[in-house]
Amino acid sequence: MRDTPLSNCEKHFLLKAIQEKKRLDGRQTYDYRNIKITFGTDYGCCIVELGKTRVLSQVSCELVSPKDSRPTEGIMFFNVELSPMASPAFEPNRQSELLVTLNRQLERCLRNSKCIDTESLCVISGEKVWQIRVDVHVLNHDGNLLDAASIAAISALSHFRRPDVSAQGQDVTVYSPEERDPIPLSIYHMPICVGFAFFLQGSYLLVDPCEREERVMDGLLVIAMNKHREICSIQSSGGIMLLKDQVLRCSKIASVKVSEITELINKALGNDKKVRKEGGKFGFAESMPKVRITTLKRDEAPVEMTDVDETADDILNGTETATEPVSSPVLCATGTAQVGEGLLNSWGLEEEEEDEPPMTEDRKTGSTFCGFLQIYKGYSVGAFWLCVIVAFSVEIFVINIYDLKCVCTLADDVTVISDSEEEEVVILN
Amino acid sequence: MELDKSCPFLREYGNEQSLLSRPDGSSTFVQGDTSILAGVYGPAEVKVSKEIYDRATVEVLIQPKVGLPSVRERAREQCVRETCEAALLLTLHPRSSLTLILQVIHDDGSLLSCCLNAACMALIDAGLPMSYLFCGVTCAIGKEGQIITDPTTRQEKESRALLTFAIDSVEHNVLMSTTTGSFSIKELQQCIAISQKASEQIFQFYRDSVKRRYSKIK
Repeated sequence: MRDTPLSNCEKHFLLKAIQEKKRLDGRQTYDYRNIKITFGTDYGCCIVELGKTRVLSQVSCELVSPKDSRPTEGIMFFNVELSPMASPAFEPNRQSELLVTLNRQLERCLRNSKCIDTESLCVISGEKVWQIRVDVHVLNHDGNLLDAASIAAISALSHFRRPDVSAQGQDVTVYSPEERDPIPLSIYHMPICVGFAFFLQGSYLLVDPCEREERVMDGLLVIAMNKHREICSIQSSGGIMLLKDQVLRCSKIASVKVSEITELINKALGNDKKVRKEGGKFGFAESMPKVRITTLKRDEAPVEMTDVDETADDILNGTETATEPVSSPVLCATGTAQVGEGLLNSWGLEEEEEDEPPMTEDRKTGSTFCGFLQIYKGYSVGAFWLCVIVAFSVEIFVINIYDLKCVCTLADDVTVISDSEEEEVVILN
Repeated sequence: MELDKSCPFLREYGNEQSLLSRPDGSSTFVQGDTSILAGVYGPAEVKVSKEIYDRATVEVLIQPKVGLPSVRERAREQCVRETCEAALLLTLHPRSSLTLILQVIHDDGSLLSCCLNAACMALIDAGLPMSYLFCGVTCAIGKEGQIITDPTTRQEKESRALLTFAIDSVEHNVLMSTTTGSFSIKELQQCIAISQKASEQIFQFYRDSVKRRYSKIK
């Protein structure tokens, strides 16, 4: 699927509006859209809505061997996925430039800033460490994906609890959540990316661009910062040339925004913690807005079971009785067995007629069969089965193949033969 | 009112439609704690390699929360796709594609039936023509032979068989069935009968949901 291309009149309209300091949704130049953060039932799951952009992130952990270069540190793994749901332009399993940019930016923002204490993730130095995996799924693309992804990732990391472990020498015991309370990750600071879009060769700037604005922008400046006014990463893309005071101004705006967003995240985390402690209901089911016209909820209800048994019995009595299922494998021709119902397989019959002329040496069965195998040891399995069929062809040929009972009585004893050193082949005689 | 937990019951249901702005239709379906988000795009352009000359091509994608999609998701995708192809009027949109994307938000049992329900509501939201609606019901047969509908993950683990049926809304026929575990023929028919009874409640929920949604339109 392809995205609808941006028309020229739309582009001119947007640029003209920006020149007049107007935005499509009525925001001011430095305004962020509404941010909504909700947490799920299990720890480490979080959905962030930045206006209409929606992002889901999940944190999970696993015990693995550490990297050789850093034997005492845990591993952080980030994976951003652009779900095809987010935009018609996103196709599954396609490495687009946007995806690579998002992944790299998020990694730089969270891993290189050392916001998580990876030393505390070590269980046994050089052997077992925790690998923390953060999966971010973009569910709806309405601009500024990186901001939303970074807020979702850091909220999920702050919400996550890993299982408690104890190490005695080389043995590691991982306790389940019921045995011991899980432990939160130790987070030093919360870096959050703020995106600035530049238009018309850097003369106009907008914070938190929506999707339409992103399409007409010239370049994007992303500043990752924490609330202590420390810049964690800066990236400028799009080839725009920015002046020094522009960058400084952006960093000041970013620090204001980041402190607001950090406060919002902490409030959301606090609310979730309170609800969990009080034993109330939490999770996405609860956070679904109830008062909207597009939502509906229904309580638990029993299923009527009144005439279930009668209906079931009626159906069973009404159907024809099935034929007796043959439970054990039936040998219809050598080399081919049949299990269950259905037409009788006549595969074995045709093959022996074709191949009878070339191999007619040994017509004896049983004990000489092993001799056959030694001779044909080097051949492929297909050839092996042909030999088997031919070896027994004379024996069964005279019996009416379609008389199952006769064939069944042949299955007296089982010969175990080895084709090669590794395999064991069982033939029903 | 105390619910009699010995007889089968359906968990709390919740549904929200049109929550995403980009897809043509979207919905989220919540069954207890299991939550699925579905998005539909269509009818849209289809790749020449995938186009069918007289019908629309239905593509279903199920994305798990952690990790990449595996064979398990492919199996579920096939179940959902077969059901959608039976219900949708595909011949109205030849050489087009209908893409249905399902994202697992939380899995607490009955995942496939929640996917089917979310898919149906998303198709309704997108306005795609269908000959009937469909819903999914999961039954679990416990060790003593008791039948539980809409099981949680814990109940699924303790059961000896798990059956999921897709039921249609007009004649309550079984559109799709997928089962794991061992069970007798009588138990199968009982589960089908129970699923048909449970599907009536789900279809009533669909009707209420759509009625509420369009209640303000004169």
